[in-house]
Amino acid sequence: MSTSIRESRGQEMALTAAVAVVIVLLSLLPMLRLIKEIVAPGGTLSTVAIKAGLASPATWIATWHTLVVGIGGTVLAVLSGTLVAVLITLTDIRGRSALVLCYVMPLMIAPQVTALAWLQLFGPASPFLNLFGAAPPLGTKNPLYSTSGVILLLGVQYGPLVFLLVRAGLRKLPRELVEAARAGGAGWFTVLVTIVLPLMTPSIMAAAALAFVSCVGNFGIPAFLGIPANYLVLPTLIYQRLAGGGPAVLGETAFLSVLIGIIAMAGIFAQEVMSRRRDYRISSTSLPAEPYEFGRWRPAVQAGMWLLIVLVLFLPLFGLVLTSLVPGYGIALNARTATLDNYRFVLFEHDAASRAFFNSFWLSIAAAFFAVLVAVPIGYLIAWGKQRWVRLLNLSVELPYALPGVVLAIASLLLFLRPIPLTGIQLYNTVWIILYAYLARFLVLALRPTISGYHQIDRALEEAAQVAGAGLFMRMRTIIFPLVAPAAIAGGLLIFMTALSELTVSALLWSSGSETIGVVMFSFEQGGDSNYAAAMSVITVAVTFVLMLVTNLLAPYLPSGVLPWRD
Amino acid sequence: MARLSLDHVTKSFANFDAVKDVSIDVGDGEFLAVLGPSGCGKTTLLRLVAGFEKVTSGEIRIGSETVSAKGGSVAPERRRVGIVFQNYALWPHMTVAENIGYSLKVAKLDRAVARQKVEDALALVNLQGLGDRRPSNLSGGQRQRVALARCLVAAPSLVLFDEPLANLDVHLRASMEDEFAAFHKRTGTTIVYITHDQAEAMALADRIAVMDGGRLAQLATPRELYHEPANEMVASFISQGILLPADVLGAEEAGHCKVRVLGTELVVRCRSGERPRTGARICCRSADLDVSPDGAGFDGLVKRVIYQGGAARIEFAPFNAPDLTLHFEQPDPVVLESGAQARLRIRSGWLIPAAGAAS
Repeated sequence: MSTSIRESRGQEMALTAAVAVVIVLLSLLPMLRLIKEIVAPGGTLSTVAIKAGLASPATWIATWHTLVVGIGGTVLAVLSGTLVAVLITLTDIRGRSALVLCYVMPLMIAPQVTALAWLQLFGPASPFLNLFGAAPPLGTKNPLYSTSGVILLLGVQYGPLVFLLVRAGLRKLPRELVEAARAGGAGWFTVLVTIVLPLMTPSIMAAAALAFVSCVGNFGIPAFLGIPANYLVLPTLIYQRLAGGGPAVLGETAFLSVLIGIIAMAGIFAQEVMSRRRDYRISSTSLPAEPYEFGRWRPAVQAGMWLLIVLVLFLPLFGLVLTSLVPGYGIALNARTATLDNYRFVLFEHDAASRAFFNSFWLSIAAAFFAVLVAVPIGYLIAWGKQRWVRLLNLSVELPYALPGVVLAIASLLLFLRPIPLTGIQLYNTVWIILYAYLARFLVLALRPTISGYHQIDRALEEAAQVAGAGLFMRMRTIIFPLVAPAAIAGGLLIFMTALSELTVSALLWSSGSETIGVVMFSFEQGGDSNYAAAMSVITVAVTFVLMLVTNLLAPYLPSGVLPWRD
Repeated sequence: MARLSLDHVTKSFANFDAVKDVSIDVGDGEFLAVLGPSGCGKTTLLRLVAGFEKVTSGEIRIGSETVSAKGGSVAPERRRVGIVFQNYALWPHMTVAENIGYSLKVAKLDRAVARQKVEDALALVNLQGLGDRRPSNLSGGQRQRVALARCLVAAPSLVLFDEPLANLDVHLRASMEDEFAAFHKRTGTTIVYITHDQAEAMALADRIAVMDGGRLAQLATPRELYHEPANEMVASFISQGILLPADVLGAEEAGHCKVRVLGTELVVRCRSGERPRTGARICCRSADLDVSPDGAGFDGLVKRVIYQGGAARIEFAPFNAPDLTLHFEQPDPVVLESGAQARLRIRSGWLIPAAGAAS
């Protein structure tokens, strides 16, 4: 008997198609365009671009520098992040949530703000050192304008990243494994070295790879610390070339950006290889091990931890605030000289700065809003969908974020340098190209929490709506969206915080009228107006901090791990 | 209300068949329980009927409409079936009334009419006045009743229950069982009820489909399942039936035949048309066994005595088949002790039909 049943998969097909279009536009298209520029500039296969890039000594110097600060920063981040993770997770140290919040905080602060804050702390005009009359004389070189300065700050910036991953791994460590070793006569230190750390290899490796990619792609820190010392890494080399040569040198910078991409990928690949060498799988899940008791050493260890927090978080922020209150370079700060003029200037008087606040706010809001809207259906297809190829799409959403921001920025430039075919719309030199890059780059920040949100929801809730007769769009609107909304919105807030003071992408894509906070801050600093840059930084840090508190209100409705700073 | 027919339904996943060649006809207004151990395919069967899974081969019809076939599958939202989920699946972001009224809202029913229907449904499950509560503020039994009301309000042609009592306390189960029975009586809806609990299935169902390894082992009334199991699996699964090797000595006469079991001859019930054969098996229940100190029977060893309050469960191994374990109950005062010798008598039993015999 012939069976022709009218299936009603229209809505499902429409959703899948829409998701596919969004992902192709935001993720695949820019990457393909970039690759095309390298292999076939101008439409024909050629190795000219590659040869030209390879022949330039600047390329090799910057590559060498990139590797040095990338590896140095990673080592520092892995050492500090792992140490803090072990101390906070496996011992009876007190005040954990406060420690986690403070230690992770630098991750929520834009790298160039971190750089600026540290510069203010140690420079000759340091208002902080001036408080004690200990500032170096004017004209001395800031000790942070150096290779070790860049490495130090990269380590500070990405130590928390390592911390989060290693801590997540440590929390899954079953207590039996530790107890079995202790019953076998091993002391705590032996257990740590022979059992805990080896089992944490996958987490530490993954954390190291992530830290390496972040260090290699970082623009803010080498821009603030390296450029004054004429110490260029690949992202800052690209920036200088583009700033000097404009669209004419796009082909050359495309090669450089692919080089960064390759270095980043090599880091991830090395991690894959290292993690596969042995079996680290932990089969059982159980309660975490009893914490190690410091006994009478506890106050000392705690004091050490807080000292670290003071050094990496409070002192730099304090220096930043002090600088923002100083009326001019080198003037000593006291109750009489302190002023809010810098704030008034950047908020209301300086055209580009006030425009930047406006631009960054609406760009961040638009990117966050769009990402939340799109993450819910994409997450639906990835988490609950049956088609395998949709899961591949997940990878392509990860790509623009996994690769350094410079890569995406160059790809966007190449894509929109000429008007969009058929429509004639020009995105280049407008604020829209920045929005496009933000959407592409940050989408995954909303997608990840949304997917873990889906995994927490009982699918029967959707099925119940389905048997009640609700079609896919109706279910999306009335059942699915309300249920995953907390996770998706938390992701949106993360995007807002990240995009607000973003610099890497906008430094390459901005044009007059479409400045962002990061760009204006950077140009203030380059022009020697650290006070204005500090005032802008303080404002963004304050906004970020308030948003973190607001986001905390969502915490009871979120899967664990969505808010990095929450323990 | 509508009939449900499954016609040679098979569902294969990547490397195994979850449901194999199952054919069931559920009559209009019938209460069918699908019973089986975990992993037998009963949940897949329910998901096939609901439309969440597509059949690999075969056909499913609801009423006169083919809803699942190899050629395509009607989406779950168009099947007009109701489901009561094991974990209730109440939407936490809606009130009780919104939960119940959801399908009416989807169907764009007039608001006043919808409100009245929700009120009626609430009254039907004795939850008047709780419409404004959130599901999280209800007890387990109340949530179950909300789930019942939610599926009832849409007047589905068919209601599927997916182990609805598995998450409830023991004392609540009995009262919910009564509630389900009353619900069926009142609405006359066709019901397919998935469970692994035979007491539940026996208490509620008109007929029970026993599933085993994806196949339909037997489809019969509870009484028939108990007294006349169609195969060894059903015999041992239902009420812990005892299987004993037997030789059929004589042809069937008036529903009975003569067999030899453990060296003794006895008459057991059987299907019509049974002929003498060897290697057969009979099924007997613990109630069919008793101790006969002097009469006919077979001797054996008492292996274990498990006191269960008021009576003891005796595990017994006959001497001429020491690998077999027979169990029966002996009310207080229990006289048998483990290690003792005893003589047992089988009063009655059922000859299990030969494999492949037409049912």
